[in-house]
Amino acid sequence: MNSLEVSRLAYAYPDGTQALFGVDLTIGRGERVALLGPNGAGKTTLVMHLNGILTAGHGTVTVAGTPVRKDTLKEVRRRVGLVFQDPDDQLFMPTVRDDVAFGPANMGLTGEELERAVKGALERVGMLEAIDRPPHHLSFGQRRRVAVATVLAMEPEILVLDEPSSNLDPAARRELAEVLRSLDVTVLMVTHDLPYALELCERSLILSDGVIAADGPTRELLADTGLLAAHRLELPYGFAIPAPAEPA
Amino acid sequence: MGAGHHHQLYLPGASAVHRLPPQCKLLAAFAFAVVVVATPRERFWAFAAYALLLAAVAWAARVPPGHVLRRMAIELPFVLFAFLIPVIGLGERTTVLGLSLSVPGLWAAWNILAKATLGVVASILLAATTEPRVILLGAQRLRVPSLLVQIAMFMLRYLDVILDEMRRMRVARESRGFEARDVRQIPAVARSAGALFIRSYERGERVHLAMLSRGYSGRMPMLGEVSASAAQWGVALLLPVSALAVLGLSL
Amino acid sequence: MHVPDGFFNAAVSVSAGAVAAAGVAVCLRGARRELDDRTAPMAGLVAAFIFAVQMLNFPVAAGTSGHLLGGALAAILVGPYTGVLCMAVVLLVQGVFFADGGLTALGINITIMGIVTVLVGWGVFRLVTQLVRGKGGVTIAAFLASLISVPAAALAFTLLFWIGGTAPIEVSAVAAAMGGVHVLIGIGEGLITAFTVGAVLAVRPDLVYGARGLASPLVLRGPDGVTTVEPAARPATAGHGVRPFLLGGVGLTLLLAGVVSFFASSSPDGLEAVAENKGFLDQATDHLMSWSPLGDYGEVGGIPVGVAGVVGVGIVLLVAGAVAYAARTRGHAPAAGDDQVKV
Repeated sequence: MNSLEVSRLAYAYPDGTQALFGVDLTIGRGERVALLGPNGAGKTTLVMHLNGILTAGHGTVTVAGTPVRKDTLKEVRRRVGLVFQDPDDQLFMPTVRDDVAFGPANMGLTGEELERAVKGALERVGMLEAIDRPPHHLSFGQRRRVAVATVLAMEPEILVLDEPSSNLDPAARRELAEVLRSLDVTVLMVTHDLPYALELCERSLILSDGVIAADGPTRELLADTGLLAAHRLELPYGFAIPAPAEPA
Repeated sequence: MGAGHHHQLYLPGASAVHRLPPQCKLLAAFAFAVVVVATPRERFWAFAAYALLLAAVAWAARVPPGHVLRRMAIELPFVLFAFLIPVIGLGERTTVLGLSLSVPGLWAAWNILAKATLGVVASILLAATTEPRVILLGAQRLRVPSLLVQIAMFMLRYLDVILDEMRRMRVARESRGFEARDVRQIPAVARSAGALFIRSYERGERVHLAMLSRGYSGRMPMLGEVSASAAQWGVALLLPVSALAVLGLSL
Repeated sequence: MHVPDGFFNAAVSVSAGAVAAAGVAVCLRGARRELDDRTAPMAGLVAAFIFAVQMLNFPVAAGTSGHLLGGALAAILVGPYTGVLCMAVVLLVQGVFFADGGLTALGINITIMGIVTVLVGWGVFRLVTQLVRGKGGVTIAAFLASLISVPAAALAFTLLFWIGGTAPIEVSAVAAAMGGVHVLIGIGEGLITAFTVGAVLAVRPDLVYGARGLASPLVLRGPDGVTTVEPAARPATAGHGVRPFLLGGVGLTLLLAGVVSFFASSSPDGLEAVAENKGFLDQATDHLMSWSPLGDYGEVGGIPVGVAGVVGVGIVLLVAGAVAYAARTRGHAPAAGDDQVKV
């Protein structure tokens, strides 16, 4: 079964601005996929559909076989772990423990079970020692890792990260990459940080003007300068796609 | 008031006072303040006894006197006002050091100073021995409406973030030669306030989305349940009960 | 203006506490209508904003400076109910965590700086926006609303002081001093509020609760039941603001009247007790409020204690009620207009 299936998804904001024009994509279980696209391509709008914050104007979103509908929202929100761009938006509780516990507690976990979920999630992002600290006392990189833990605690089917590498210093960037690589969940990473996509994701999608404009191995997409230029994507100065590894 | 300010409110510790459940301490502090306010002002020794009680609490909590004194600066405006009352007060007058002072004014000044100071010290001790979020848990236990507790929780969580934003905006203003000296600068200050509101509000919207995506449906899950034993209630209520006893003896 | 413990007698402190509690209870219900399940995070962030804005000091006159109270600003930006909640939480946090404002004076502080400023500010704002329409009207209304809300708070303070202040100062002197300074502070507050509202109006008009009537009807065309992040899609709720406020105000004031008179009649306040002890009651009553038949709300002019308390409170009721009622009657026209647009 696929982790995520989006089919013919279209959406217009109530003011009439249409942001998505028929998005199709499928992500298999265990895949790590990058969703690339320039600002204003509809990336955030698409992400908001994945856990039902926005309701599709047309088309369907299916998470692990469960269609996103009003009556399935609770289930869908447990299965789709959305990590926001600014960890200060995501970490709203007074302590790391309370924050990580927020989701599982909403899902009905209590007592020992809840504590296990919290500790397990923090362990997976290497932040267990910060469990009793207030989020605003942590560094930015630490806060982002805790933000990842807050959704991991809900045992999601798919982890959706919005610009995970933004504002991170090189060390924090590497630490987060290590955390993401160590997870055995499906990952959809929304970014315009192309090297980070290349580092972490085998496969990439390019969302441009509200539709999926390209879908293929990250390395191939990023090597196609014409394709990148057509969608306002650029590799950083001096960055070249390394030669493909020896086919095994 | 600096932004880092409220970190210093709480002094970490493991004293008996620190370990008391927050709802006991909250209720004790409120009850104590009520007893103090209800005490007739001419019972000087009762106020001395209250001060001793607070000193005992501070000692038990290992809160250094310096911390309490520094934080007491908050009541300065009303202290100044209190000193003014005997001068402008009505009624029988007496002469002290060549100044003609009103006798009821002196009484009133003493009354305000004594009660306000005792109240302020009680609050300071409460905040010094209880983490802000734990105070909120206590408030929740005391049946303060949960929406109010939630609002306060979000406020405390984001106070630093917003004060940081405010500081950045001030730095940006001042690095371009701006100084708030008189009324003509009000538009610039107000525009920053407007920008600050927009940022605060938009953050509120994003936080709400983040809560929704983790299953929030308008009700906060009860976290960190804090229960109090009868013994703990007994210990906490020692303060107001002793104060009440003092009051009873003084009448 | 954060009142510490001991400034007012126990009767006033307790009854103001009851007023504040009832007012907050009304607003807890009302705020749900203004914001639904977003109430807690939004109001929390706005409370943090108000707290930060209260640190903006501005020069008033000759060496004194004032700071924003923020009640009118909050009411205009997020609506009266949420505004009261934000102010109440700010004052609660200041009192309990920062020792700014006494624990027993919490009710007084919430009543004066939360409920009165919001009620008066919102009332004036609604009134003026009906008279002067458009964005300019909103800005002018914001200025006047906050300008008036500050001396109104000072007046409420003076009134409470008259009923149960512990300092033997002529109430007229308190009124003059409080009124004078606070008119000046009010001008500063008015300017800052007007410019702040104007600045928000210029960038995100949809975020100004008090300007929701100005939103273009286009936003109502969205498909049914769509929850969106687009704030303009919210239904305009500015229409039904004031009536429960008015009813709440009446209830609270009656409560205040009852409690005050009960306490006041059962025990004379501290000052009078001393005055009796010291034998200068006669002299004191000559001065205290001698221009008013309510006197020191003892038995001046033959009016018994409880009645004096009720009359004093009745005056607040009349003033607040008049403002709220005026705003309510004028507030109905645009609500009907909104309905027509929807249909």
